Amino acid sequence: MTEASPIAASSPAAFDVQRVREDFPALHQDVHGKPLVYLDSAATSLKPQSVIDAVAEVYARDCANIHRAVHLLSQRATVRFEEAREKVRAFVNAAKKTEVVFTRGTTEAINLVAHSWGRAYLREGDEVLVTELEHHSNIVPWQILCQQTGATLVVVPMTDRGEILREAFEEQLTERTRLVAMAHVSNALGSVLPVAELIALAHERGAVVLLDGAQAMSHVDVDVQALDCDFYAFSGHKLYGPNGIGALYGKERLLEGMPPYQGGGDMIRSVTFEETIYNELPYKFEAGTPNIAGAIGLGAAIDYFSSFDAHVVHAHENAVLRYATDAVESVPGVRLIGTAPGKVAALSFLMDAAHPHDIGTIVDSEGVAIRTGHHCAQPVMEHFGIAATARASLGMYNTTDDIDALVTALRKVQELFG
Amino acid sequence: MDLRDLYQEVILDHGKNPRNHRFPEPHNREGRGYNPLCGDKITLRLQLDGDTITDVGFIGQGCAISQASCSTMTEAIKGKKLPEVEELFSKFHTMLTSDDGSDDPDALGKLAVFAGVREFPMRVKCATLGWHTLNQALRSEGGEATTE
Repeated sequence: MTEASPIAASSPAAFDVQRVREDFPALHQDVHGKPLVYLDSAATSLKPQSVIDAVAEVYARDCANIHRAVHLLSQRATVRFEEAREKVRAFVNAAKKTEVVFTRGTTEAINLVAHSWGRAYLREGDEVLVTELEHHSNIVPWQILCQQTGATLVVVPMTDRGEILREAFEEQLTERTRLVAMAHVSNALGSVLPVAELIALAHERGAVVLLDGAQAMSHVDVDVQALDCDFYAFSGHKLYGPNGIGALYGKERLLEGMPPYQGGGDMIRSVTFEETIYNELPYKFEAGTPNIAGAIGLGAAIDYFSSFDAHVVHAHENAVLRYATDAVESVPGVRLIGTAPGKVAALSFLMDAAHPHDIGTIVDSEGVAIRTGHHCAQPVMEHFGIAATARASLGMYNTTDDIDALVTALRKVQELFG
Repeated sequence: MDLRDLYQEVILDHGKNPRNHRFPEPHNREGRGYNPLCGDKITLRLQLDGDTITDVGFIGQGCAISQASCSTMTEAIKGKKLPEVEELFSKFHTMLTSDDGSDDPDALGKLAVFAGVREFPMRVKCATLGWHTLNQALRSEGGEATTE
C-alpha cells in the first residue's frame, strides 16, 4: 500500500492490537494446555472472522459457477468474484483490472510466467537472473525453463547479512539477461530487497522483471506502477486470506503477447476442432472453474487489512520485530541468521544447545508455534553452512507478550539441553 | 504431554555424544539417509561378515532424536545377525507407530527410551532415519534412503 492508495487514504483506523486479536478466532485456543502463541505467519497468516464468514457465505448463499449461467446465484457469484479482482487491483495499484490474473497462489503465478512468457520468449544463450535468497518456488520453475530452452540460470550472491546489494546485482546483469526473478521480501530471513532500484537497472538492460511478493504484501508497500515491475506474484493466505488463491499482476502489453498457460473452459471465446479463439485478458489465463470462494475471501482479507492504515500496521510489526531481535539475541547461545538492515517480520536463529527441530518441538509444548527447517530456501541455508533454522515470524496480531512467551520457551530449551 | 517423555536422559546423552560416530574399517556396506523435511543427514557404514554385523558406525548431523536413535541403533545391532536386526527394527517401528505401542518393550532394551516419540507424530521420521539408512545399507543398492 502506498500513501497514494485510495483505500489507505479513505479509511484509516487507529491500530489497537488487542482489538485486532479479537478478530482472529484461531488465536483464542490452547495448545498442549497453553494459550497459543502464533509466530508462523510467514508460513501462513491466521484468518480474521470476516474472511471466514465471507468464504462461508459463498457456499451458504452465492454457491454457483461464475461467468456462465443466467440465474441469480451465478450472477451474484460473478459480481462478487469480479469485485474481488478490483480489490486486488486497487491494493497493488495496478492500472487495470485486466492485469490481475487469479491463480492458486504465488507458486502458480510464477509457473504461469515461466511456462507462458518463458517458453515463448526465451532462447538458448539467454540468461534468467535470480538471487541467492530465493524461495524454491522462485528457483525451480526457472531451472525447468532453462532446461527446456537452453537458457542459463544466473544467481546474484547475497551478503552474510542476507542482503542483495546493487553492486552484486549489476555484476550479474548482462545484455543476455532477459528476465530477472527475485523476491520482494525474503521468506527465510525477512530481508527487503531494494527492488525499485534493481528493476530500474534491469529495465536499462531491457530485461523483464518478476517479483515474488509472497512475503511482502502485508509487510511493505506494494505499488506495481511505482515499482514498475513487469510481473508481481503473491498468495492470499499470507495476507490473512484463504489458502489456494493468489494472483499474478502482469503489464497488459506483456500479458497480451503471451500464449495461454492452461487450456480449458472460461479461457476461450469460441472453440471448434479447427480453431480456438482465446478469451480476452485476464480470462485467457484462467482456465477452468477458479477458486471462487477463495477469491472472494481474498477480497474480504484486503477489505480487512485496508481498514487499517498499512503504515501503522507495518510500524507495529517492526516494533515487535525489534523487540524480538533484542530479546531472542539475549538468550545465551543464540545466533541470528539474517541481519539485513530494514528487514521485516521474520527472525531466523540457531541455538548452540539444540537443533532447530528440537527447538521447534520444545517451544511447541509451551504453546509457541514457530517454523523450523530450511524454509524452502536451501541455497540460503547452504550460504550459512547450516541445514535448518528456527524462525519466528510476525503478523499484525503479534505482541511483545508473544515474544516474551517465545523467550521463556527458548530458556526451557536451554534448561533441557544446556 | 511431558517433554521429559520425549527427551529422556539417554536420548539427550546420545544426541550430544553419539556412540560409534566414526566410520569402521574395514566396511563393506554403506547407506546414506536424508530427511528432506529438516535436512538431517546420515552416512552409515558397516562390516557384514556372513549374516553378522561385526562393526558399524555413522557420521551425520541432525536433531537430538535422529542422532540419538542412530547412535543407540549402532550399539544395539553390533554383533547381531540379520534376522535379529530385522526383528529389532520391526519391534522398534511398532513401538513408534502403533496405537498401543510395543507389545514387548523389554525386547528392545535401551531402544525402549524412544517410546515417547509416539506422542510426537511429527518426530517419528527423526527416530527412524537411522534404521531406514541401515536397511538401505544392507540392501546396498546405493542411492539414498529418505524418510519420505
